Amino acid sequence: MLALNRKLFRDLWWMKGQATAIALVIASGVATFVMSLSTLEALTVTQAAYYRDYRFAEVFSALKRAPEPVRLQIEAIEGVQLVETRVTAAASIDIEGFEDPVTAQILSLPAHGRPLLNQLYLKQGRLVEPGRDNEVVVSEAFAAAHRFQPGDRLSATIRGRKKGLTIVGIALSPEFIYQLQPGAIIPDFRTYGILWMSREQLEAASDMKGAFNEVTVQLVKGADPALVIERMDQALARYGGLGAYSRKDQISHRYLSEEFRGLRQMAIMFPVIFLGVAAFLLNVVVTRLIDTQREQVAILKAFGYSTVDVVLHYVKFVLLIVLLGSALGIAAGVWLGSGLTTMYRDFYRFPFMLYQLRPALAITAVLISAAAAVAGTLWSVLRAARVPPAEAMKPAAPAKYRVSAVERFGLRRWLDQPTRMIVRNLERRPLKAALSVIGIAFACAVLVVGGFFKDSVDFMVDVQFRLAQRDDITVTFVEPASPKAMFTLARLEGVEEVEPFRSVPARLRFGHRTYRTAVRGVPAGNRLYRLLDTRLQPVALPPQGVVLTDYLAKILGIGVGDRLTIEVMEGNRPVREATVAGLVNEFIGVSAYMDLEALNRMMREGPLISGVYLTAQRPARPAILDKLKQMPRVAGAAMRENAFQNFYETMARQMLIFAFVNTILAATIALGVVYNSARVTLSERSRELASLRVLGFTRGEISFILLGELALLTLLALPVGCVIGRQLSAVMIANMQTDLFRAPVVIRPSTYSFAATVVLVAALLSGIAVRRKLDHLDLVAVLKARE
Amino acid sequence: MAEHDTVFTARGLTKIYRMGEIEVHALRGIDLDLYPGEFVVLLGPSGSGKSTLLNILGGLDRATSGHVSYHGKELTGASDRELTEYRRYHVGFVFQFYNLIPSLTARENVATVTEIARQPMKPEDALALVGLAERMDHFPSQLSGGEQQRVAIARAIAKNPAVLLCDEPTGALDSATGVLVLEALERVNRDLGTTTAVITHNASIAEMADRVIHLSDGHITTLERNASKRSPHELHW
Repeated sequence: MLALNRKLFRDLWWMKGQATAIALVIASGVATFVMSLSTLEALTVTQAAYYRDYRFAEVFSALKRAPEPVRLQIEAIEGVQLVETRVTAAASIDIEGFEDPVTAQILSLPAHGRPLLNQLYLKQGRLVEPGRDNEVVVSEAFAAAHRFQPGDRLSATIRGRKKGLTIVGIALSPEFIYQLQPGAIIPDFRTYGILWMSREQLEAASDMKGAFNEVTVQLVKGADPALVIERMDQALARYGGLGAYSRKDQISHRYLSEEFRGLRQMAIMFPVIFLGVAAFLLNVVVTRLIDTQREQVAILKAFGYSTVDVVLHYVKFVLLIVLLGSALGIAAGVWLGSGLTTMYRDFYRFPFMLYQLRPALAITAVLISAAAAVAGTLWSVLRAARVPPAEAMKPAAPAKYRVSAVERFGLRRWLDQPTRMIVRNLERRPLKAALSVIGIAFACAVLVVGGFFKDSVDFMVDVQFRLAQRDDITVTFVEPASPKAMFTLARLEGVEEVEPFRSVPARLRFGHRTYRTAVRGVPAGNRLYRLLDTRLQPVALPPQGVVLTDYLAKILGIGVGDRLTIEVMEGNRPVREATVAGLVNEFIGVSAYMDLEALNRMMREGPLISGVYLTAQRPARPAILDKLKQMPRVAGAAMRENAFQNFYETMARQMLIFAFVNTILAATIALGVVYNSARVTLSERSRELASLRVLGFTRGEISFILLGELALLTLLALPVGCVIGRQLSAVMIANMQTDLFRAPVVIRPSTYSFAATVVLVAALLSGIAVRRKLDHLDLVAVLKARE
Repeated sequence: MAEHDTVFTARGLTKIYRMGEIEVHALRGIDLDLYPGEFVVLLGPSGSGKSTLLNILGGLDRATSGHVSYHGKELTGASDRELTEYRRYHVGFVFQFYNLIPSLTARENVATVTEIARQPMKPEDALALVGLAERMDHFPSQLSGGEQQRVAIARAIAKNPAVLLCDEPTGALDSATGVLVLEALERVNRDLGTTTAVITHNASIAEMADRVIHLSDGHITTLERNASKRSPHELHW
């Protein structure tokens, strides 16, 4: 081994504490990078394989009812490769021993075995067999929530007719990776399931003999889905087509895409923060190392080593730390990544998961961190290597100081000498102090970002379920009913308040832009379903015109006063126009609202309602639900309370793991920055501090000078970190604004204080570590040696 | 002479350093008394043990065996806290490399000591005593080596210490500047009556001492009393 390389390893060993701290910060950056990108790759690859192998359709359309031969018309559309028709029905489900209302979507399976499109992955049991009565396959999430096994029984009420069913299989489908009840915002596997029955049986149960009400299509490679959608809509219009849509509007696929987007963002943002901090730390540490080795550099140069040799020597030093950190980071990233993928597999119920680390990804991670590290240190290395040997061998001149600005403003009298030392040291190198503050601030910011998502979701859910939607049970009818239906419900024992609503599926059009949603009719004096303004105050609907979610207005490019075209997607499918009378701010989904009477007038169908919100005391609810189940015109009843309770149960574990990992990573930054700042300061000041010890200062008093400086930096960093954290959160949120939901930036004080506490604890630990070094300061050796 | 009349009494002092696998015997049994108000020069080549002796007297280091007492109080087994307190209130140090705090002005460097001492002088007075009344608000980087050393002396005496211990105070200075520094030391010794011990390997400095102690290889070889002291400006090297 070359002597110079030996020196490299000894220097590294000598600085092992600092090198480890920096390597850990690099490891954190590489770990988040590898974790996020490898997980993203695994998910993308798995999703693609799943879609391909199980033939996930590309265009979908629901309709009221069309005779089977209409399929031929769709097959004839240019660009269509494969068409599959099916029957689907909503059902309410009875499960013995489970009281809450359960609804399901039942889909038909073709008589001839496997479907052509949207094939099932059987986890247990078998598919339904033709000719056998009352067999059903259930979705795995639903089965898991109720611990169903093949052979178990349940009953379904379809179109008012109750039917006993036997579970023969448990399956997964590429169509329902994300299983969401229509209209819900969060999955609840206990109260909503997907069931598959034989086509024959389902046709009989839902009066669809020889007909279909859903069609899914696979396209010819390269075909334009927009054109196919247009032609399909034309073909299905007279059969009550509800508008065809492509994958990108398919709900499971959309949610999945959003999740991937969030992950991609994390894959960029966190590594940038960590590697930036690591570059800064290396700069500080290497600069100091070179300062202490200026004579060694001079001697090497005097012996004939070139500037390039010297530069390479220190670059190697940096690269060793980078390699150490990257190796650690890649290992941790793979470990976290495979853990995260498993978590996603369970959450989304992929039948399989293809996780692997591509070597290119690992190499990219190493290269990025090496580039950041070398960029951070190259300048100080070059500067040192360029100094002529004779000059470098002279002792460095005493550092220049001046009276600090703080003191010049008249505070000088109040500061004792140690405090003046702290202030002047910080002011002498303002850039270094500022970077230290920013480094620590980012630790705080990472923690704020980690906590904010939960705060925002909490806030969003709270607004939706406490302020906007205030019913206990939402009842939906099979088809629009007269207001009499509401009075029937109001008379049920225990029901306190009732409020009708109308929901008309429609395509909204303004100019060339369209959006599929429902127009909701809300009665005047509404109390159970309220619209809120930006200050969360309820707003009354105007008697005329339509009110849009502001985000929907943005999508359509429409403003207040403009005329909106409403292409109704049910009944006679009238096309109407309405003036936009106002906008409301909503976090979840996008909708159009009208006064109930105004909507009914527009529909020219008389006073109809689609469902009823009702409130009831808790003890009365089971009896009410029981009665609702027996009403043939009730399609389903949802309990508001269940919705978010289950959501939190599912999310709690994931949130906890995420928060834990995040806390560790942030603490790494805080430790890295504070510990290295302290060590470098200690090395720079050991002479000064030893002098003070000789003059009779106690250990505590000299610790104050060193640790006081760090404490000041840390305290300055906390508010900065909170601000950066909030900004980063805002950036993250801004990139995740969709029509599905638009989380507001809400950060609770507890999130800020948690972030601050973690940073303070990390700083304290670094302080203790350095204090121990300080206690062992060799006074004599330090003072006798020439700096 | 009775023990309580001495500033320091050392008996059988030894000091063994362990440098890796070898033992270095820095002191091999030193017996020494220092008296109030005297100016002592410890003379010897490097490695003779003079710095070790000074460090033990000053509470910077501990002897391996033997006893040393300060005004009758035992320093030998003192705790770190006691030694810190001893240095804080009783001893002034001056080093070869000044060891000033670069971020503090001359006046503030002195103030570091006066702020923690019991009956200090005013920093301005201490600096005037070493002839630096005009440069009190300069930072170390704005002072010459001799000036920096005189600030260090001012800082050492500002607490009104009973003893002033100087380790090669002129070692890093040229002769003319060195004389200025020695004059400052002499003046402190004369005007304040501070017991002063100066380490040097420069024999000419011995001529300004009351007593000269020669060390060699960890032993005191000779102890001589100068019949007539010379003042620093008469010295040359």
